[in-house]
Amino acid sequence: MLSVENLHIRFRTGDGLVHAVNDVSFSVDAGSRLAVVGESGSGKSQIALAIMGLLAKNAEVEGRIMWDGQDLLATSNREMNRIRAREIGIIFQDPMSSLNPYMTIERQLTEIVEHHEGMSRRAARARALEVMDAVRIPDAKARLRAYPHEFSGGMRQRIVIAMALMCQPKLILADEPTTALDVTVQAQIMQLLQDVQSDLGTSVVLITHDLGVVAGFCEDVLVLYGGRVMETAKTMALFDQPGHPYTRGLLRAVPNIEDPSDALTAIPGSPPNQHRFPVACPFAPRCADVVDTCRETLPQLRDGRACLRPIEELT
Amino acid sequence: MLNYTLRRLLMVIPTLLILVIFAFYLMRLAPGGPFTSERPLPPAVMANVLERYGMDEPLYVQLWTYIKNIICCFDFGPSFAQKDRTVNDVIAQGFPVTLTYGFWSAVFVLALGVPLGIIAALRHNGFWDYTMTGLAIFSQIFPNFVLAPLLVLLFTLSWGLLPGGGWNGGQWQYIVMPAIALGTSYMASVARLTRGSMLEVLGSPYIRTARAKGLPERTIILRHALKPALLPTLTYMGPVFVYMITGSVFVDVFFSTGGIGQDFIDGAYSRDYSILLGLAILYAVLTFALTLAVDLLYAWIDPKVRAGLS
Repeated sequence: MLSVENLHIRFRTGDGLVHAVNDVSFSVDAGSRLAVVGESGSGKSQIALAIMGLLAKNAEVEGRIMWDGQDLLATSNREMNRIRAREIGIIFQDPMSSLNPYMTIERQLTEIVEHHEGMSRRAARARALEVMDAVRIPDAKARLRAYPHEFSGGMRQRIVIAMALMCQPKLILADEPTTALDVTVQAQIMQLLQDVQSDLGTSVVLITHDLGVVAGFCEDVLVLYGGRVMETAKTMALFDQPGHPYTRGLLRAVPNIEDPSDALTAIPGSPPNQHRFPVACPFAPRCADVVDTCRETLPQLRDGRACLRPIEELT
Repeated sequence: MLNYTLRRLLMVIPTLLILVIFAFYLMRLAPGGPFTSERPLPPAVMANVLERYGMDEPLYVQLWTYIKNIICCFDFGPSFAQKDRTVNDVIAQGFPVTLTYGFWSAVFVLALGVPLGIIAALRHNGFWDYTMTGLAIFSQIFPNFVLAPLLVLLFTLSWGLLPGGGWNGGQWQYIVMPAIALGTSYMASVARLTRGSMLEVLGSPYIRTARAKGLPERTIILRHALKPALLPTLTYMGPVFVYMITGSVFVDVFFSTGGIGQDFIDGAYSRDYSILLGLAILYAVLTFALTLAVDLLYAWIDPKVRAGLS
């Protein structure tokens, strides 16, 4: 349904080009759930924005993003407006700032279907109520007229999710939907996303840095580092036997609830400088299993992993 | 909201009282008085005049009489320098003039400044942006005492389209040039202010959300971005509007409009205490009213402010 092919995203900045996303390919089938995992700066949010055609003005994009046979990168803004919200919805990270503080919740919900489906205000309001119920906002009817600041963070994120659901899109891009929320609320929101996903059969691309969130929700995982795909696998397989030193590092950094004395392991070093297009493995400077060739050759994705070393040799 | 408005209105009374007392004593610190001149009056005449205007009494008695007359009869006293005219007469004659051209000047400032600022923001770093910004800076550095003669030169002397001065009961031909001369630099400020805040709003996450909804650009600007983008302009326009409707001395003098801007300066030169005090009160009341209006408009636009008021 969605297939991203050899996507490159570069930003022209005062300090020169920044290679945010390099040669990323993946595809999403109808009704499936894919996680895109990576630390901050790995380019994961930029992929979502590229799909929506909402990249910043100083971005250069290369590659193809095929959506139902149409290359979104070659689509005009006007045509993109017919796909946005109607076919592809997006949930942004920070519900505190992604709702318009000067408009009622009602207007922010109804305008979507009024515009895309030509609904009357009445019908749109009925739809908004339905969707607010679906995302379990209590007392939806009374709260329609409220403004964003009258809601808690978790409730606001439900509203953001409701917005993405208004037109029942075929694909939802969830860009760190729980990062800005309390841990207890995180679980509720993920549960909600899961319920909505299975009810509507919508495909979801979940963008996150939190492997814990991925485990319960997604069938497939794509691990990004330095704007490149490090590994792609079924979630279960990935947790069983991570095929890339970076993925292994990430998994070791997740606290072990059964053994609280177990010290957390951090991946040493910091994310790569992306001013140059990578010519060697971007993870090599931080890798525990690095060998000389890693610093000279750029590993290609083969059998779901972009690592020069055989999987048996990894620590 | 009503409660808040009433509270604010009640606050006006003590503030005005303090203002009157301060102004009353401060004015008299300036040397001379309304009846001093190069050739001093004979002492007997002087005493008569002072008695006629109640100035033979101690200052606090004069102040008390002044305040009493305002409260009981809305009487701001006689002008000391202009014979046979009361302060009420002077204001009733001059204020409608400055109010009229000041109001149209404010309309000109907003009707031109806001759209120019928005267009510049929408064409950020494009041709129109640079043109608008250039124009705005140009007219901001153009003082009105350069602009006004230039306008007269073009519209009156070269093209004969508009009268070069006078008021004539406030026909529109007489309003155009004073309004433009008074407003141009403010128009430029408003354009720059609107451009800046519009750019900021357009870069905000909630505008990105609106874009992700697939709404047309026009809806995004008008429905989502305009209100918040106008907030700084609104704040700016409150005091500027007061300044405009109370007139500029320069515009009054240059275009001979007969507005109160001129009365204020004349009053200051001739130590016409009652005129000065009357005008100070007028400015103060207008400032209160406009600040309150701006605050209420703020509350109307921003629901968070509204929640704070009630």
